[in-house]
Amino acid sequence: MQPRRQKRLFAILLVIGLLTGAVAAMLYALQQNIDLFYTPSQLVDGLGKDKIKPQVGQRLRIGGMVVAGSVKRDPESLKVSFDLVDTGPLVTVIYEGILPDLFREGQGIVAQGVLQDATTIKASEVLAKHDEEYMPPEVAEALKGIRHVPPSQQQPASGSY
Amino acid sequence: MFKWLHPYAKPETVYHLCGRLMPWLMGAALLLLLLGNIWGLAFTPPDYQQGDSYRIIHLHVPAAIMSMGTYSAMAIAAFTALVWQVKVAQWSVLAIAPIGAVYTAIALITGMAWGKPMWGTWWVWDARLTSELILLFLYLGVIALSGAFSDRQTGAKVASLLAVVGVINLPIIHFSVEWWNTLHQGASITKFAKPSIDPSMLWPLLISILAFKILMLALLCMRLRTAILVNEQHRPWVKAMAGD
Repeated sequence: MQPRRQKRLFAILLVIGLLTGAVAAMLYALQQNIDLFYTPSQLVDGLGKDKIKPQVGQRLRIGGMVVAGSVKRDPESLKVSFDLVDTGPLVTVIYEGILPDLFREGQGIVAQGVLQDATTIKASEVLAKHDEEYMPPEVAEALKGIRHVPPSQQQPASGSY
Repeated sequence: MFKWLHPYAKPETVYHLCGRLMPWLMGAALLLLLLGNIWGLAFTPPDYQQGDSYRIIHLHVPAAIMSMGTYSAMAIAAFTALVWQVKVAQWSVLAIAPIGAVYTAIALITGMAWGKPMWGTWWVWDARLTSELILLFLYLGVIALSGAFSDRQTGAKVASLLAVVGVINLPIIHFSVEWWNTLHQGASITKFAKPSIDPSMLWPLLISILAFKILMLALLCMRLRTAILVNEQHRPWVKAMAGD
């Protein structure tokens, strides 16, 4: 290779290397801010090395699986409460409003709201998280034993708010 | 080692090569695009949870994959242009950028249209969505920078530098769903693991991905031919072809 080209090659590789380092350092420093949501264990045990726990009254997002049997609806209004779990502790979410179509027990969801006490969140927005699995209904029934009923045809859940 | 590549640095050779390849690529792309999309949109079973809304995957995933694939192609061309100063590579950078920008826009718009009914929101600032938006801005930045200098050579060089440096964003987009908590789901198709999408839905998707790939090459051939003619308009071979 000609020395002139070699010089340009190294100059460009150096620029890319330095910038990659800078971006990596930045993303590492911002790690906690880039996470879209807390998981229930992060909320209860604290986040990162320093175990920083969010404070009561803080606005945050929480993401986890809706615990089966924990969804309680108020028959008079749109109020609903349910528990979220990931690997350990449970966190309760209180919400008033229309839930997304994909919301159901066992489904991953992300809720945005204000922390009321250590494990309760008053949500202002509930989003459904979808996983990467795609399959026809028959396959789902054979594989997972779930028979999916569209939300419009679901029976009102038992239990009171 | 790369001696066999040398003839392709000559604009005239590339012009004729692109002219020969273009009709085949375009024909194949349109055929596969029709096949993949009609099969995917009309003849696949609905999803067990999402019903028919999931079908947008047949546009979203090919566009998203190729928005990144197109960027790597542009970055390789830019790198070649900067280090070896190959003119054809330089023109390719500017020929590829708008194609990639459109693919990225398709991925973002179809993703939003799916997000509204499924997630419950058009947009959320999670790592995957944000980094894909940055990719769109990188494409637009390359296009804008190339035209921002009165000297075309300087503009092309600066645009190439941005294209090369922007490569850092590609692994961030790809791994964003693994490194951070995101609303966007993980990858359904990976090279090594068994895909988590049923085979009846996977095949039309793979055909669409291939179609988007070939379509990108076909469009590149078209745009590169034009770029070569514009830049070489005073050369004897162009004049001879124009029939003066």
